[in-house]
Amino acid sequence: MLVIKNLKANVEGKEILKGINLEIKAGEVHAIMGPNGSGKSTLANVLAGNGGYEVTDGEIYFEGKDLVELAPEDRAREGIFLAFQYPIEIPGISNATFLKTALNEVRKYNGKPEATPKEFLDLLKEKSNVLGMDPQFISRSVNVGFSGGEKKRNEILQMLMLQPKLALLDETDSGLDIDALKIVSNGVNVFKNKDNAVLLVTHYQRLLNYIVPDYVHVLSKGRIIKSGGKELALELEEKGYDWIKNDELIEEIV
Amino acid sequence: MEEIKTNSLKENDDVSEDMQLLNDVTKNEYKWGFITDIESDTAPKGLNEEIVRFISMKKEEPEWMTEWRLKAFRHWEKMEEPKWPNVSYPKIDFQNIIYYSAPKKKPQLESLDEVDPELLKTFEKLGIPLEEQKILSGVAVDAVFDSVSVATTFKETLKEKGIIFSSVSDALKENPELVKKYLGSVVPYTDNYYAALNAAVFSDGSFVYIPKGVRCPMELSTYFRINNEETGQFERTLIIAEDDSYVSYLEGCTAPIRDTNQLHAAVVELVILENAEIKYSTVQNWYPGNSEGKGGIYNFVTKRAACRGNHSKVSWTQVETGSAVTWKYPSCILQGDYSVGEFYSVAVTNNYQQADTGSKMIHLGKNTSSTIISKGISAGKSNNSYRGLVKVGKKADNARNFTQCDSMLMGDKCGAHTFPYIEIENDTARVEHEATTSKVGEDQIFYLNQRGISSEDAVNMIVNGFCKEVFNNLPMEFAVEAQKLLAISLESSVG
Repeated sequence: MLVIKNLKANVEGKEILKGINLEIKAGEVHAIMGPNGSGKSTLANVLAGNGGYEVTDGEIYFEGKDLVELAPEDRAREGIFLAFQYPIEIPGISNATFLKTALNEVRKYNGKPEATPKEFLDLLKEKSNVLGMDPQFISRSVNVGFSGGEKKRNEILQMLMLQPKLALLDETDSGLDIDALKIVSNGVNVFKNKDNAVLLVTHYQRLLNYIVPDYVHVLSKGRIIKSGGKELALELEEKGYDWIKNDELIEEIV
Repeated sequence: MEEIKTNSLKENDDVSEDMQLLNDVTKNEYKWGFITDIESDTAPKGLNEEIVRFISMKKEEPEWMTEWRLKAFRHWEKMEEPKWPNVSYPKIDFQNIIYYSAPKKKPQLESLDEVDPELLKTFEKLGIPLEEQKILSGVAVDAVFDSVSVATTFKETLKEKGIIFSSVSDALKENPELVKKYLGSVVPYTDNYYAALNAAVFSDGSFVYIPKGVRCPMELSTYFRINNEETGQFERTLIIAEDDSYVSYLEGCTAPIRDTNQLHAAVVELVILENAEIKYSTVQNWYPGNSEGKGGIYNFVTKRAACRGNHSKVSWTQVETGSAVTWKYPSCILQGDYSVGEFYSVAVTNNYQQADTGSKMIHLGKNTSSTIISKGISAGKSNNSYRGLVKVGKKADNARNFTQCDSMLMGDKCGAHTFPYIEIENDTARVEHEATTSKVGEDQIFYLNQRGISSEDAVNMIVNGFCKEVFNNLPMEFAVEAQKLLAISLESSVG
């Protein structure tokens, strides 16, 4: 589904991604871990098409299409979803209007008819239940007055409503207490199936207890320095990032 | 024109005087020694007493009207141009303006193919029907369409109810007593520099009179009255609502109007008597100048409503997206007890546009209340200021005001300013003022992009959410057009 070859990217003129190679197939859950500043969020944002990030080299293909050529709204319509690390507040636009517009954009793009108000509300009720969210929130402005945890849950709700092919979760677990973490993870687990894929960007191993990855990649200084199965995450938790960095140094010397 | 020989009528002094007058009038030789041909369609450039008389004469106005104009002109000459607004524009040369040109039909074109394609594109985006596009662009319209037009049936209905809706010029001929009673009673020529200028040289405008107890059954629109004449430069409108009456008046239209005249100094006076209500909505989209800030219309307007009767009510709703410089404060004088004044405004500035706009609510009667909801949106390199006054007089017991002025900045090269003035002289008054400033940031746009919404739609959604309260107060058709207009005005404002 997603093929990344030698991806290099800049943020404000500074090179953050220094040659990423990654392949994600349908039905897979990948986790990207790494210390602060390694480029985890940058990778998620570059994939989503954030204008503040400049791709300087390499290629990205999503379902065979050249992603770098596509505008962010088209990438979204193709089926890429980014759960933001810091979800944005949009005063004046209700969650209802926002979700309905987004849902209908995807449908339009795929030649499907728009959702009727009833269809929309039924879908909303179903998904809000999964996340234990009070349907009243729908009339409030997007993320305005939401706590950190509520904002993260709102991201996952949107994911469930929009049913993307590839979900990029950027530090979705940060700022969540255990209960919220369980609810959000449940939402992701309900979402994932053999046709879609999930890329989890996280700092801590804890999330991976609840959303079990098929592959774990360690990102350091803009490069994936180690990849493995879910056991890798446990090793990292035990030994810390320094363990990998030492390996890295050794590799450089050798 | 034949010169009448006065010599042969010397035996009768009165008659000879009349002849002399006749001579003078037909030849128009004034002591300044310059001749104005009364047959001509345009006055020479410049402003002096002669031009003022010329205007009045061309319109065949009664003597008292000419006198009023002259008094206003003499007063204007003594006044100084105000410099306090937060806008800047090149100095206006008042002597370099033509103050009278006969109402003439817009140049008739054969078909829409001859119209500026940019203009047509805007019409399309605004969803203006084809026949209307033709009228607006000066394309000859089918005789059939014209005779069975809405305007005709419209006039019949009004006549039945005793409602007068005409031009001020016609009103001066058909209902001069009414005009004389109210003209200048809300905005006297001494009020301000541009009101004095307008009083001296106003070209025309709407006159509306709603008799006692009558509820005007349809929205009155300037569109129907102006038809295919060129836009007036110094418009003057007077609306009178007698006891227990109601009218909703729409001024302007969303179609972009280009005008060879750069200065527009209009005056609007509303008189509301007991238990009556006037709802006045404006959508203004005059040429704002190009993207470099060249050209564009100066819109300097004095609008005021006098809520004279007890329980009288006025509501001003405006969507201002055009003009290079917008300078106006639709105001309410709440004289009657329990009178209510409302002001809802969306002012958009983009590129190099400037706006200094707001409202004045003057509480004089008892138990009066006012509401001000002002939404300013600045984009590009523009400058948008809200200026408001809430004044509560000594005898104005239990006055209430709620003011909300919100600014939205798009990008980081534009400016938004707020100048609220609150003058309270009665301690039973309750006045609330809220102000917010928000920025439409790239991160908000990206968030919406990432949910499949294009940048253009994203900006529109955000801006519409911001302006919702104001749009809800516009008559529905106007509201829909206003939303589209906002979208067009802010095109390419997030780049």
